[in-house]
Amino acid sequence: MKKNIKAVKPATKTSLITYAIVAVLFLIVIIMDATGAMSSLFRGLLVPICTYAILAVSLNLVVGILGELSLGHAGFMCVGAYASAFFSVLTEDTITNAWIRFPLALIIGGISAAIFGIIIGIPVLRLKGDYLAIVTLAFGEIIKNIVTVLYVGIDSKGLHFSAESSMALGLEPDGKNIIKGALGITGMPKDSNFYIAFAILLVTLIVAYNLVNSRSGRAIMSIRDNRIAAESIGINVTKYKLIVFALSAFFAGLAGVLYSHNLSSLTANTNNFGYNMSILILVIVVLGGIGSIRGSVISAIILTALPELLRSVKEYRMLVYAIVLIAMMIFNNSEKTKNLRSSISLKKFAEAKLKTRKGGTK
Amino acid sequence: MKKIIALLLSAILVLVCFASCGSTEEAGNANDEAVIRIGGIGPLTGDASVYGTAAMNGAQLAVNEINAAGGINGIKVEFRAEDDVHDAEKSVNAYNILKDWGMDALVGTVTSNPCIAVKDEAANDNIFLLTPSGTAVECIDVPNAFRVCFSDPNQGVASADYIADNAIATKIAVIYNSSDAYSTGIYEKFNAQAGVKGLEIVAAESFTADTKTDFSAQIQNIKNSGAELVFLPIYCQEASLILNQAKQAGLSVKFFGCDGLDGILSIENFDTSLAEGVMLLTPFSKDAQDEATQNFVKAYRENYDEETLNQFAADGYDAVYIIKAAAEKAGITADMSASEICDALKVAMTEISVDGVTGEGITWTADGEPSKAPKAVIIKDGVYTSMD
Repeated sequence: MKKNIKAVKPATKTSLITYAIVAVLFLIVIIMDATGAMSSLFRGLLVPICTYAILAVSLNLVVGILGELSLGHAGFMCVGAYASAFFSVLTEDTITNAWIRFPLALIIGGISAAIFGIIIGIPVLRLKGDYLAIVTLAFGEIIKNIVTVLYVGIDSKGLHFSAESSMALGLEPDGKNIIKGALGITGMPKDSNFYIAFAILLVTLIVAYNLVNSRSGRAIMSIRDNRIAAESIGINVTKYKLIVFALSAFFAGLAGVLYSHNLSSLTANTNNFGYNMSILILVIVVLGGIGSIRGSVISAIILTALPELLRSVKEYRMLVYAIVLIAMMIFNNSEKTKNLRSSISLKKFAEAKLKTRKGGTK
Repeated sequence: MKKIIALLLSAILVLVCFASCGSTEEAGNANDEAVIRIGGIGPLTGDASVYGTAAMNGAQLAVNEINAAGGINGIKVEFRAEDDVHDAEKSVNAYNILKDWGMDALVGTVTSNPCIAVKDEAANDNIFLLTPSGTAVECIDVPNAFRVCFSDPNQGVASADYIADNAIATKIAVIYNSSDAYSTGIYEKFNAQAGVKGLEIVAAESFTADTKTDFSAQIQNIKNSGAELVFLPIYCQEASLILNQAKQAGLSVKFFGCDGLDGILSIENFDTSLAEGVMLLTPFSKDAQDEATQNFVKAYRENYDEETLNQFAADGYDAVYIIKAAAEKAGITADMSASEICDALKVAMTEISVDGVTGEGITWTADGEPSKAPKAVIIKDGVYTSMD
C-alpha cells in the first residue's frame, strides 16, 4: 500500500485530491438532500455552482495553461446557450424524452461553441497579451449583440431568419417564432439538474487534468513559459493554441447549455453574456489561483454562494461583496498565508516521506 | 498595521457569515406564528432599480396600511422584498429564499424577463404569483400567475384603438427601441391593430440601446413621410430627447405614448413646454384628482422619495390590495399551506372586482389578464390632465 503511494506521480496526486474533494462535496449534497436538510436556496444554487465551476475551469485552460488573457468567455457560453435552447424549443414536441433531448442539446451547444472558438481563435491567436485580451472582449460583445437582433422562426416552409423584427420573418399562420431578438428565447424545458451538471463538471475536470499532464499539455505550457524556445524545438504554436481555445470554448458552451436549461427565459444582456460575466469568470479563476484547476472549482463555489449569503445586508450587498473579494485576494496572496500553506504541506510531505522510507528499509 | 487590517477584514467576513446565518434562523422560527407572508421580488439595485424600488415601496405601504386596519381576515401580513438585479438567475435565487422564509403569495417579479423564469418555479411549487408590472405575454402563461398592469400587446392594441376611435390621426409614424422587449412588443401589436382599424403607418423608425441619443435621421424620415402623429412606445428618457430634437428640426406633429412616457415631466433639465400636447395612455397618473390616488400619493410622499412615485409604485400598491381582496373572497386562514392558498386565490381572482389606483372595477379572467380601461392623459400647462 505504502509503495503504491510512493509510485503515484505528484501530478496525479493533485488531480486525485481534487476528485476526492469534489466527490466528498457531492456526497454531502446527496446526504443533505436525503435527510431534508437542504434549503430551497441551496438546492437552487447547485446547478449554477456547477455551471460557474465548469466555466472557470475552462477559462483556466486559456488563462492558466496557455497563458493568454481571454475576456470574451461569456460569448462562447452565449453561443452554447442559444444554440441548445433553440434546439430544445424546436424539438420539444418531437423528442419528448428529456434523457435523449438534453444530451443532444449538450452536444449541439458544446460543438457550436467550439466552432465559434475556432473561428474566433484563428484571427485572435495571431495576437499576444493585451491585444489578444481586447480582441476577445470585442468578440464577446459582438456575439452578444448579434443574438439580441436575431429573429428566427419556423413554419411549414422551413426556417426563417431576420435581423429586423419578428414581422419581417413573414411566417405562415402555423409558424412559431423561436428566437425573438431582444426578447430572447422563452419556454425551454427545464432539463438541467444537479446530477447532469455534476457529471459534466467531472468530465471537464478529467479532461482538463489529462490535458495538463499529457504531451500536448507540456507543449502548451512550454508555449506559455517561452514561446521562442518552444518554437525552436519544433512545437506548432498555432495548432496547440487553437486546441486550447476550442476546448475551452466547448466547455463554456456546455456551461451555457446548463445555464439556459435551468431557467425558462433566456436573453442576452451585459450581466449574463456580456463583459460583466466574462469578468466574473476571470475573477473566479484569479481568486482560485491562475493555473490551479482545484482552486477554480473552490472559488466558483464561494463566489456563487457569497452574493446570496450576503442578502442580509440589503443594498450594501455588492459593496460588502467587493470588500470581501479584496480581503480574500489579499489574504490568498499574502506571504504569510503562502508560508503557512507551504509549511503545512511540507510537514505532511516530510512525514509521508519518512514513513515510506522506514517502510522501504524493513 | 498589516496584521490589524487583516484581522479586521477577516472579522468582517466572519460577522457577515454569521449575520446571514442568523437571519435565516429567525425566519425559520417565525414560521409558526399566524401571519400571511407576502414575498416581493424586483430589482432593488442596478440599472432597473427605480422600478423595483418603487413597486416594493408601494407594496410595503399597502401592507402597512392593511396591518394598521387589522390585517386580512384579521390575520397580520408580513412583507419581505428581495433583490433580483433584473437578472433571471438571481431572481430564481430570490424566489428560493422567499420560499425558505415560508412565503404564501408572491408580488413579483417587477420586470418581465426574470418573471418568466420565476413563474415556472412558482407553477412547480403551486405558489400564487401576482406580477405588478411584468408586461411580457409569457409572464403569466401558467394557471397560478396573474398581473396588475396591461400586457405589451394590450397596450399596443389599446393605443391603436384609441387613436382610431377618437379620430386623432390617420397617418402615423412610429419610433421604437428594437433592443427593448417592452418597446418592440407594443409596436408589433400596434402595427397589427392599426391595419385592422384603417390607420396608415407611414414610417417605422427604430433605434437601439446603443444609439439612443441622436434621432435626427429618424425625425427627418418622419418629416418626409407626412405623418400627422408620432407613436412613441418607449421610455421617457429617450422620448424627452426625441421631443427636443423634433422641435429643433421643425417637426410639428402630435405625439402619443404609452405608460413608459409617464414621468417625462420630472426628467432633469427637460423643458416641460416641449411635452405640451403629448398624449399618453397610462393606468396611473400622480396628478389625478380622484380620492384613492390622492390618498396613495400623500401616503407615499410621507414615507418614500418622490422620484420613485410612478406607476410601478402604484402597481405594487394595488397588487397587495388585490391579494387582500382575493384572500377575503376565498376566506384564507393562517393555517392553510401556500399551495392551498394558491388554489383558493386562483378561483377567487376571477370573481373579484377591485377599485385600485391603477384602474376602477378591475376584473380578471382565468388566464390572468386584467380587464380595465386605460386612462388617456394629455399634458396641458405642464401637468397631466385627463382627456375624458
